[in-house]
Amino acid sequence: MMDIQVMKVGVVSCSGEEIPEGTLCRLACRKVLDERPGETVTICLPLFIAGGEEERTFAANYPTITVDGCDKLCAAKATEMLSGKPSKSLSIPEILKKRGLAPPTKLRHFGTEEEAAVKAVAEEIARAVDEVLEED
Amino acid sequence: MGKKHQKVVVLPCSGIGKVFGALARETAYELVENVRPGLATLTCLPLLVINDPEAVALVTENPVITIDGCPKDCAKKSVEALGKVVDKAYEAIKFYKEHKDLKPEGIAEVTDTGRKLAAVAAAEVAKMVDELAAGEEK
Repeated sequence: MMDIQVMKVGVVSCSGEEIPEGTLCRLACRKVLDERPGETVTICLPLFIAGGEEERTFAANYPTITVDGCDKLCAAKATEMLSGKPSKSLSIPEILKKRGLAPPTKLRHFGTEEEAAVKAVAEEIARAVDEVLEED
Repeated sequence: MGKKHQKVVVLPCSGIGKVFGALARETAYELVENVRPGLATLTCLPLLVINDPEAVALVTENPVITIDGCPKDCAKKSVEALGKVVDKAYEAIKFYKEHKDLKPEGIAEVTDTGRKLAAVAAAEVAKMVDELAAGEEK
Protein backbone atom coordinates (compact mmCIF):
# COMPACT_ATOMS: atom_id res chain seq x y z
CA MET A 1 0.00 0.00 0.00
CA MET A 2 1.31 3.41 -0.90
CA ASP A 3 2.08 5.63 2.08
CA ILE A 4 0.87 9.15 1.34
CA GLN A 5 2.10 11.80 3.76
CA VAL A 6 0.08 14.98 3.97
CA MET A 7 2.26 17.96 4.85
CA LYS A 8 0.82 20.42 7.35
CA VAL A 9 2.00 23.94 8.02
CA GLY A 10 2.13 25.26 11.58
CA VAL A 11 0.59 28.70 12.11
CA VAL A 12 1.70 30.47 15.28
CA SER A 13 -0.37 33.52 16.15
CA CYS A 14 0.61 36.43 18.33
CA SER A 15 -2.19 36.50 20.87
CA GLY A 16 -1.67 40.16 21.73
CA GLU A 17 -4.37 40.42 24.40
CA GLU A 18 -3.35 44.02 25.02
CA ILE A 19 -3.60 45.31 21.45
CA PRO A 20 -6.36 45.29 18.77
CA GLU A 21 -3.91 43.80 16.28
CA GLY A 22 -3.69 40.75 18.55
CA THR A 23 -7.40 40.12 18.16
CA LEU A 24 -7.10 40.67 14.42
CA CYS A 25 -4.24 38.17 14.37
CA ARG A 26 -6.21 35.52 16.26
CA LEU A 27 -9.29 35.91 14.06
CA ALA A 28 -7.30 35.79 10.82
CA CYS A 29 -5.29 32.75 11.94
CA ARG A 30 -8.47 30.99 13.07
CA LYS A 31 -10.07 31.72 9.68
CA VAL A 32 -7.16 30.09 7.86
CA LEU A 33 -7.15 27.10 10.22
CA ASP A 34 -10.89 26.62 9.64
CA GLU A 35 -10.65 27.02 5.87
CA ARG A 36 -7.53 24.85 5.44
CA PRO A 37 -7.98 22.12 8.09
CA GLY A 38 -6.06 19.48 6.15
CA GLU A 39 -3.04 21.69 5.58
CA THR A 40 -2.68 23.77 8.73
CA VAL A 41 -2.21 23.22 12.44
CA THR A 42 -1.59 25.61 15.32
CA ILE A 43 -0.19 25.78 18.81
CA CYS A 44 -0.87 28.22 21.63
CA LEU A 45 2.32 30.27 21.80
CA PRO A 46 2.73 30.09 25.62
CA LEU A 47 2.83 26.30 25.35
CA PHE A 48 6.44 26.66 24.24
CA ILE A 49 7.05 27.38 27.93
CA ALA A 50 4.08 25.74 29.63
CA GLY A 51 3.95 22.61 27.52
CA GLY A 52 6.11 19.53 27.25
CA GLU A 53 8.58 18.13 24.74
CA GLU A 54 5.88 17.63 22.11
CA GLU A 55 5.00 21.32 22.14
CA ARG A 56 8.61 22.47 22.13
CA THR A 57 9.40 20.42 19.01
CA PHE A 58 6.45 21.97 17.13
CA ALA A 59 8.61 23.97 14.70
CA ALA A 60 10.81 20.94 14.13
CA ASN A 61 7.78 18.86 13.19
CA TYR A 62 6.06 21.43 10.98
CA PRO A 63 7.30 24.18 8.70
CA THR A 64 6.01 27.18 10.60
CA ILE A 65 4.54 30.58 9.77
CA THR A 66 4.48 33.13 12.57
CA VAL A 67 2.02 36.03 12.54
CA ASP A 68 2.78 39.05 14.74
CA GLY A 69 0.60 41.98 15.73
CA CYS A 70 3.34 44.46 16.61
CA ASP A 71 7.05 45.11 16.27
CA LYS A 72 7.85 43.19 19.45
CA LEU A 73 7.50 40.07 17.25
CA CYS A 74 6.68 37.71 20.12
CA ALA A 75 5.51 34.90 17.86
CA ALA A 76 8.59 34.96 15.64
CA LYS A 77 11.03 35.38 18.54
CA ALA A 78 9.41 32.79 20.82
CA THR A 79 9.16 30.23 18.04
CA GLU A 80 12.80 30.67 17.03
CA MET A 81 14.04 30.82 20.62
CA LEU A 82 12.08 27.89 22.03
CA SER A 83 11.14 25.62 19.15
CA GLY A 84 12.81 26.25 15.78
CA LYS A 85 13.32 28.83 13.04
CA PRO A 86 10.04 29.77 11.32
CA SER A 87 9.76 29.28 7.56
CA LYS A 88 8.01 32.63 7.23
CA SER A 89 7.27 35.52 9.56
CA LEU A 90 4.33 37.81 8.82
CA SER A 91 3.59 41.18 10.39
CA ILE A 92 0.07 42.56 10.72
CA PRO A 93 1.16 46.25 10.51
CA GLU A 94 3.05 45.51 7.28
CA ILE A 95 0.10 43.61 5.78
CA LEU A 96 -2.33 46.42 6.64
CA LYS A 97 0.04 49.03 5.20
CA LYS A 98 0.51 47.02 2.01
CA ARG A 99 -3.26 46.63 1.63
CA GLY A 100 -4.02 50.27 2.50
CA LEU A 101 -6.16 49.26 5.48
CA ALA A 102 -6.47 51.07 8.81
CA PRO A 103 -5.47 49.18 11.97
CA PRO A 104 -8.37 48.03 14.16
CA THR A 105 -9.16 50.18 17.19
CA LYS A 106 -10.90 47.81 19.58
CA LEU A 107 -9.86 44.73 21.52
CA ARG A 108 -12.99 42.65 21.02
CA HIS A 109 -16.34 42.23 19.29
CA PHE A 110 -15.01 42.67 15.77
CA GLY A 111 -17.73 43.24 13.19
CA THR A 112 -18.19 44.49 9.65
CA GLU A 113 -15.76 47.39 10.15
CA GLU A 114 -12.90 44.99 10.81
CA GLU A 115 -13.98 42.38 8.28
CA ALA A 116 -11.75 43.66 5.48
CA ALA A 117 -8.68 43.60 7.71
CA VAL A 118 -9.38 40.05 8.94
CA LYS A 119 -9.93 38.90 5.35
CA ALA A 120 -6.75 40.60 4.09
CA VAL A 121 -4.57 39.12 6.83
CA ALA A 122 -6.12 35.67 6.34
CA GLU A 123 -5.40 35.89 2.61
CA GLU A 124 -1.76 36.73 3.27
CA ILE A 125 -1.44 33.83 5.72
CA ALA A 126 -3.10 31.46 3.21
CA ARG A 127 -0.70 32.67 0.51
CA ALA A 128 2.23 32.01 2.83
CA VAL A 129 0.83 28.51 3.53
CA ASP A 130 0.73 27.84 -0.24
CA GLU A 131 4.31 29.06 -0.66
CA VAL A 132 5.59 26.89 2.19
CA LEU A 133 3.74 23.85 0.83
CA GLU A 134 5.23 24.46 -2.63
CA GLU A 135 8.73 24.85 -1.19
CA ASP A 136 8.43 21.59 0.75
CA MET B 1 -2.97 43.71 55.63
CA GLY B 2 -0.26 43.83 52.97
CA LYS B 3 0.86 46.52 50.55
CA LYS B 4 -1.84 48.32 48.55
CA HIS B 5 -1.62 48.21 44.77
CA GLN B 6 -2.67 50.60 42.00
CA LYS B 7 -2.74 47.80 39.45
CA VAL B 8 -3.82 44.18 39.41
CA VAL B 9 -2.66 42.26 36.35
CA VAL B 10 -5.19 39.96 34.70
CA LEU B 11 -3.71 37.43 32.28
CA PRO B 12 -6.09 35.36 30.18
CA CYS B 13 -5.40 32.30 28.05
CA SER B 14 -3.97 32.98 24.58
CA GLY B 15 -5.56 30.02 22.84
CA ILE B 16 -7.40 30.16 19.53
CA GLY B 17 -8.65 26.60 19.59
CA LYS B 18 -11.12 26.32 22.45
CA VAL B 19 -14.22 28.16 23.60
CA PHE B 20 -12.98 28.50 27.17
CA GLY B 21 -9.88 30.33 25.95
CA ALA B 22 -12.15 32.84 24.25
CA LEU B 23 -14.27 33.05 27.42
CA ALA B 24 -11.13 33.72 29.48
CA ARG B 25 -10.18 36.63 27.20
CA GLU B 26 -13.70 38.05 27.11
CA THR B 27 -13.77 37.99 30.92
CA ALA B 28 -10.44 39.81 31.10
CA TYR B 29 -11.57 42.41 28.52
CA GLU B 30 -14.81 42.96 30.42
CA LEU B 31 -12.80 43.56 33.59
CA VAL B 32 -10.33 46.05 32.13
CA GLU B 33 -12.82 47.90 29.93
CA ASN B 34 -16.01 48.00 32.01
CA VAL B 35 -15.83 46.49 35.48
CA ARG B 36 -12.49 47.66 36.91
CA PRO B 37 -10.98 50.02 34.31
CA GLY B 38 -7.74 51.60 35.49
CA LEU B 39 -7.24 49.00 38.20
CA ALA B 40 -7.38 45.70 36.31
CA THR B 41 -4.58 45.71 33.73
CA LEU B 42 -3.78 43.46 30.80
CA THR B 43 -0.54 42.55 29.19
CA CYS B 44 0.11 40.22 26.28
CA LEU B 45 0.96 36.75 27.56
CA PRO B 46 3.52 36.12 24.77
CA LEU B 47 5.51 39.13 26.02
CA LEU B 48 6.29 37.02 29.08
CA VAL B 49 7.39 34.17 26.84
CA ILE B 50 10.03 36.41 25.22
CA ASN B 51 10.95 38.02 28.57
CA ASP B 52 9.95 41.55 27.57
CA PRO B 53 11.35 43.73 30.40
CA GLU B 54 8.27 45.98 30.75
CA ALA B 55 5.82 43.10 30.82
CA VAL B 56 8.00 41.13 33.23
CA ALA B 57 8.24 44.15 35.57
CA LEU B 58 4.46 44.68 35.45
CA VAL B 59 3.82 41.06 36.40
CA THR B 60 6.51 40.74 39.05
CA GLU B 61 5.69 44.05 40.79
CA ASN B 62 1.90 43.71 40.98
CA PRO B 63 -0.65 41.10 42.07
CA VAL B 64 -1.53 38.70 39.25
CA ILE B 65 -4.72 36.85 38.42
CA THR B 66 -4.65 34.26 35.64
CA ILE B 67 -7.68 32.92 33.76
CA ASP B 68 -6.80 29.79 31.82
CA GLY B 69 -8.84 28.16 29.10
CA CYS B 70 -7.67 24.57 29.51
CA PRO B 71 -5.86 22.37 32.05
CA LYS B 72 -2.50 23.11 30.41
CA ASP B 73 -2.60 26.37 32.40
CA CYS B 74 -0.35 28.37 30.07
CA ALA B 75 -1.10 31.71 31.71
CA LYS B 76 -0.37 30.45 35.20
CA LYS B 77 2.76 28.57 34.15
CA SER B 78 4.09 31.52 32.14
CA VAL B 79 3.95 33.65 35.30
CA GLU B 80 5.47 30.91 37.44
CA ALA B 81 8.32 30.59 34.92
CA LEU B 82 9.33 34.11 36.01
CA GLY B 83 9.58 32.94 39.62
CA LYS B 84 6.37 34.73 40.57
CA VAL B 85 3.56 33.04 42.48
CA VAL B 86 0.16 33.74 40.94
CA ASP B 87 -2.15 35.39 43.47
CA LYS B 88 -5.28 33.75 42.09
CA ALA B 89 -5.61 31.24 39.26
CA TYR B 90 -8.96 30.57 37.60
CA GLU B 91 -9.93 28.06 34.94
CA ALA B 92 -12.63 29.56 32.75
CA ILE B 93 -14.69 26.36 32.72
CA LYS B 94 -15.46 27.00 36.41
CA PHE B 95 -17.70 29.91 35.47
CA TYR B 96 -19.71 27.72 33.09
CA LYS B 97 -20.02 24.95 35.68
CA GLU B 98 -21.56 27.50 38.04
CA HIS B 99 -23.87 28.98 35.36
CA LYS B 100 -24.95 26.10 33.14
CA ASP B 101 -27.71 28.23 31.63
CA LEU B 102 -25.03 30.35 29.93
CA LYS B 103 -23.29 27.95 27.56
CA PRO B 104 -20.53 29.82 25.74
CA GLU B 105 -19.94 29.28 22.03
CA GLY B 106 -17.32 30.55 19.60
CA ILE B 107 -13.61 29.89 19.39
CA ALA B 108 -11.67 33.02 18.52
CA GLU B 109 -14.37 35.18 20.11
CA VAL B 110 -17.42 34.15 22.14
CA THR B 111 -20.96 34.80 20.93
CA ASP B 112 -23.77 36.54 22.89
CA THR B 113 -24.29 33.88 25.58
CA GLY B 114 -20.55 33.73 26.15
CA ARG B 115 -20.48 37.50 26.56
CA LYS B 116 -23.18 37.25 29.21
CA LEU B 117 -21.23 34.56 31.03
CA ALA B 118 -18.07 36.68 30.78
CA ALA B 119 -19.91 39.58 32.42
CA VAL B 120 -20.92 37.30 35.31
CA ALA B 121 -17.37 35.95 35.55
CA ALA B 122 -15.86 39.45 35.47
CA ALA B 123 -18.07 40.50 38.38
CA GLU B 124 -16.75 37.56 40.40
CA VAL B 125 -13.11 38.17 39.45
CA ALA B 126 -13.58 41.88 40.27
CA LYS B 127 -14.03 40.99 43.95
CA MET B 128 -10.64 39.30 43.88
CA VAL B 129 -9.14 42.31 42.05
CA ASP B 130 -10.41 44.57 44.84
CA GLU B 131 -9.07 42.33 47.60
CA LEU B 132 -5.64 42.11 45.98
CA ALA B 133 -5.52 45.86 45.35
CA ALA B 134 -6.34 46.44 49.02
CA GLY B 135 -3.37 44.26 49.97
CA GLU B 136 -5.38 41.39 51.38
CA GLU B 137 -3.38 38.16 51.42
CA LYS B 138 -4.82 35.23 49.43
